[in-house]
Formats: sequence, C-alpha cells, structure tokens
Amino acid sequence: MSVSIRVTDVRKSYGDVRAVDGVSFEVNSGEFFGILGPNGAGKTTTLEIVEGLRQSDTGGVELLGESPWPRNPKLLPRIGVQLQGTAFFERLTAREQLHTFGSLYGVGPKRADEMLELVGLTEKAGTRVEKLSGGQAQRLSIACALVHDPELVFLDEPTAALDPQARRNLWDLLRAINETGRTVVLTTHYMDEAELLCDRVAIMDHGKILKIDTPAALVRGLDAPTRISVDSGNLSAADVTRVADGVAEVADDGAILTFTTRDPSTVLTALAEARVLNGLQVRGATLEDVFLELTGREYRA
Amino acid sequence: MKSYLSLSRAMLIGLFRDKTTLFFTLLFPLMFLVIFGAIFGGGSDTKPGKVIEIGDVAVLDNMAKADPDALKDLLEITKSSDEADAKQQVASGDAAAAIKQDGQTVTIYYSAADRTQAGIVTGILSGIVENTNLEMLKAAAPGTPTIAVTTDQVEDKALKPIQYLTPGLLGWAISMSGVFGAAMTLVTWRQKKTLRRIRLAPVSVGAVVGARVGNTLLLALIQMTVFLLVASLPFFGLTLTAFWWMAIPCVLIGALAFLAIGLLVGAVSKTSESASGLANLIILPLAFTSGSFFPLSQMPDWMQKISYVSPLRYLNEAMLDVMVRGEGPAAVLPNLGVLVVFGIVVGFIATRLFRWDDV
Ligand SMILES: Nc1ncnc2c1ncn2[C@@H]1O[C@H](COP(=O)(O)OP(=O)(O)OP(=O)(O)O)[C@@H](O)[C@H]1O
Ligand SMILES: [Mg+2]
Repeated sequence: MSVSIRVTDVRKSYGDVRAVDGVSFEVNSGEFFGILGPNGAGKTTTLEIVEGLRQSDTGGVELLGESPWPRNPKLLPRIGVQLQGTAFFERLTAREQLHTFGSLYGVGPKRADEMLELVGLTEKAGTRVEKLSGGQAQRLSIACALVHDPELVFLDEPTAALDPQARRNLWDLLRAINETGRTVVLTTHYMDEAELLCDRVAIMDHGKILKIDTPAALVRGLDAPTRISVDSGNLSAADVTRVADGVAEVADDGAILTFTTRDPSTVLTALAEARVLNGLQVRGATLEDVFLELTGREYRA
Repeated sequence: MKSYLSLSRAMLIGLFRDKTTLFFTLLFPLMFLVIFGAIFGGGSDTKPGKVIEIGDVAVLDNMAKADPDALKDLLEITKSSDEADAKQQVASGDAAAAIKQDGQTVTIYYSAADRTQAGIVTGILSGIVENTNLEMLKAAAPGTPTIAVTTDQVEDKALKPIQYLTPGLLGWAISMSGVFGAAMTLVTWRQKKTLRRIRLAPVSVGAVVGARVGNTLLLALIQMTVFLLVASLPFFGLTLTAFWWMAIPCVLIGALAFLAIGLLVGAVSKTSESASGLANLIILPLAFTSGSFFPLSQMPDWMQKISYVSPLRYLNEAMLDVMVRGEGPAAVLPNLGVLVVFGIVVGFIATRLFRWDDV
C-alpha cells in the first residue's frame, strides 16, 4: 500500500501559541483517516499545512509524493478541500457556485448538477449562497470539494451543522467515495462518526498527537469497565448488594440503576436470574471515553 | 482560459447583483453630470443686465426705436422718475446700473459690489453713447471713413460647460470604478476566503486578476456609452468632434491604470472599510486636481503643477483633446503613454504585494 500523506515533525506557532507542536503521521492511499481533538487542538492548522494553505515553521509534508508548499499547481487537481467555515463566490446561486468551481477544474455543468443532487440541494439550486441555511451551505461546500472527483479529500468538520438525515447521507456519500479507492481525511468532534467511518483516528490536543490507532484498538487499549444499567426500583437493596457482590460498583439516581464492572457476565447472569432486565443497557467503552480519558474533561479556550 | 472565463462570469454576475456598487459606478457619476450640466446649463446665455432709466434718456430711447430686439438682448430696462430710489436700488444690488441724461451729459451710476455685472452694463451703455456720437458725426461730415468693430465669442463653442464636464466626469467615473472595483474584489474575496478556496484550485493569479481586468474594461465601456448618450441629449447638448472615437482606447487604458491602483489598494488593505477609505483618499484629491469638476485652466497655478503627478489628468486631457477640442488621434499618444507606464509600474508593485490570505 502506498503512502498518500506523510507528515514529519511539523511545527507551527502563532506568537506564543504553539498551534501545531511536532506532529507526525502517515495516511495510506485508500484509507479513511480521522483527526479528533477539542477546540483549539490544532486540527485545522495541521490540515491547512498539509493542504498547502499554510507554511509550517519546521518539519516536512509530502502529499502524493510532492511538497504542497509553495503552492503546487500539479497537486491541486488531485486534492479536494472543504474548508472549515464556507468559502464561496459572493451573490452566486448554489448551482452557479458549483458550475464555477467545476469549470475551474475543467468539469462540465452536468457533473456539477449531479453533485448538487448528491448532496440534496437540487431544490435550492437557484438560491443565492448568502440565503442558504448553515447546513445547506455546508453541504454545498462539500459538493464543491468533491466536484472534480479528487483522489485525496480533506474535510474539516464536514458534519458540523448538519441535521441527522443529512449527516447519515453524507456518511454514505463519504463511504462510497472511500470505497472507490479515494483517500479521505476528516476532522470531527463526533465520536460516533469517527468510530463508524474511520479506519484510523489520531487524537490530538495542544498541538500534539496523543494517539493514533484504529477506533477498536483505541477502545480496547483503554481497558475501561462495562456499564450495565436497568430501571431502578425493581430490586430490593439486599438484592442489589447480592448482584454487585464485590464485582461491581453501584450507582442509583432514582430512575436508573447502574453497575460498573469488569465482569459483565456475572452481573448480567445475576440480573437475569432475578428477572429484572427491564430497561437493560450495556455499554462498553466508546471512543468518547478514550477521548475524554486522553484530553481531560475541562473546557478549552 | 476556461477558468479565466468562469471567474469573469462569476465576477460579472456578482457585480450586476450588487446594487450598491452599480449605483456608485454608474448612476452616481451620472448624477453629477446631470446636476452640473443643469446648473451650468448652456453656459454662455448670461442674463441681460438690469438698468434703471431715470427720466427720459434720449440715447436709449433712440436705440430702442431703431433696434428694439438688440437692446432687449443686452439690457433689461425699467423706467423710474425717482433718482434717489434708483440709486438706492443700484446700491443694494437690485439693478446693475442707473442712467440719466441732462442735455449732452449722460451719467451712469453703478455699484462696485458686483464689478463684473457693473463692468458689462457700463460697457454696453458707453458703447451705445459712443454709437450715438458716431451717428451724429457721420451726419455732420458724411463720407468720413469710420472703423467698425465686430466681435465673435469663440470659447463659447469650445468650452461650453457640458463639453469639459463630460470627459472630466467620465474620467472621474472610470477612476472610481477602476480603483474601487479592483480593491473591493480583492479585499472581500480575501475576507470571505474565496481567494483561499480559489488558491486550492488549479487557477493562476493571472486568471484571477485577468477576470477583474475584463470586468473593469467592460464596465468602463458601459460608463462611456451611458455618459455620451446622456450628455448628447438636447437638454445638455454635448457636441463631439471628429475623432471622438479615439476616446475609446483612452477610456480602456485609463481604466487599466486605475485598476492597477485598485489592485495595490486591495493588496495593502485588510478590511473592505479600510480599502474603501484608502480608495477615496486617493481618488477625491485626484478628481479635484485633474480637471474633472472644473477646467484645469481655471485652476490656480500651483494646482495645475500638482496635476502633472495625477494619472487622472492625463486621462482627462486625452479625452478632452479628441472628444471636444477637435484634435487628431495622434494627440492622445503622449497622455496615453504616461498612463501605460504608470499602469505597468503600479501594477507590477501590486502583483508583488498580492496575498491570497490574511495570515
Ligand atoms: N491565524 C491565526 N493566528 C493566531 N492564532 C491562530 C491562528 N489560527 C489558529 N490559531 C490558534 O492556533 C490554535 C489551533 O487552532 P486550530 O484552528 O488549528 O484549532 P482546531 O483544532 O481546528 O479547533 P476547532 O475544533 O475549534 O476547529 C488555537 O489556539 C488558535 O487560537
Ligand atoms: Mg478547526
């Protein structure tokens, strides 16, 4: 498998802020790669350095075997970029927008109209970009990034501002693109999205990559206890103690009774025997737990 | 080429959907033309001066009998028998002069308050008296040769206000749309990240600037057409001279020179507010010192000297030469040469300073 993106020890500071602080990673061609991180972690800055929009202070970037900086016209037709925050031509309608971007890449109007359909904006074709809703603009921006069928796609928080249907449709679209062999790199705050789509994710904070692995391996690596919860009030206090019996910690908020355990089989068997499985939920660790474990819970600037 | 065309198209659509910019580039300068044109009107038709005739003044009455129309064009005469009141009217500026005759002596009262008007009227009255004298001498000694003076006002034809207002205001309009158009496109496209997005597409800086160039040239031609059509209406009465069409290359080259300034303004400004401020700061002084609103020849000497550093001067002069002064096509070459050099130098600096991005 060939390497599409190779980033080695990239650094970028804005004054005192070390936005990207020694980042290295590789993305294989055909891979679906995610970058997770809290606000201000340096995701956008990293992505923009890789895309060739910004120059790194030090470190190297190789994109499809070439350097993206300074502006590399050979590379441009091969990559598609959706920027965080939309960037359009003023006062053009959605269709005109896509036609314009299409023709910048030598793509005909037919393909542009197909893209419009693909992101569900056919009805809004004649609406000026300023009058689109946030989610519609976001979809148009993604369509503009994909119009020339690039082999390498960068999406910066593509599903921010999308409603659940649009989110799922976009997932389908991205998965389909990835299945035809294109490499996709996205940033997101949604753990379910990363878990569902990405072959590998990098978790980033304070300009550094904390961990890179497949979502499953990251979760496994966390070695977190399983949480089992049922409706509370069906078990007497004595029964609760018997079920927990040294293998689980118990929490009861009046509505839901939760056992946190490393031995889920014992707890589940005991609950089943007591016939109190109403409202049963079993949750293993998720990427979200990994994320919170790695980056902490306090707010970021 | 294809991307150049689609960028031009995107820019043009954006322009025509932007009512504010259209107003300021097309209608606003036209409003100046209409207002100035209406104020200065045909220009030469000064009103006849008001004169009060105290009692009977034979010289006037005789002339009125002989050629009533000629006198009416020159003077508006009212009769009065109250000398004190007549003088009072002259003093207060209600009349330009008062005249009375005692036998062989004609007395003209005038006020120095409005010297020009007083000068004209006393001149006319003296002329009439001289004429009467001449008639009397001729009658007394027939056959004596006399010298007659005929006058013909020439600048009336060459410099009716609409004649210099049209090229001057057109030059101003072109400088405005050239500078503002280029500066605003650069700055707002940069602010809205459009430039950043274009940077990611296989498009050259040349295509982006080229699209703006095409738009500016098209707009300049539209401005010229509208200006000429409006100024040629009978109400304004612009008359163009033989080689007026040479103004077309003048307009195009002038537009490019100002576009270069606009690119420079757009390159150094971060926000659209600072860009429009800077553009105004450049254009307004240029317009006032380059004969756009008033003919250069009426300007103080120092201002005429300053005008040599203004590119607008060269555009205005070139257009005046071929549109109204009746000069041949070659007359514009020196002026256009200056504009070309200016445009190349400023344009070169602007491309050096071009930025895709704010950061
Ligand atoms: N142009 C800039 N000038 C100065 N500081 C900047 C600039 N761009 C980003 N930063 C700083 O760099 C850090 C990383 O920003 P970046 O946009 O990469 O974060 P992010 O991970 O994309 O965040 P988010 O999830 O909110 O999009 C932040 O602290 C930010 O304040
Ligand atoms: Mg970001």
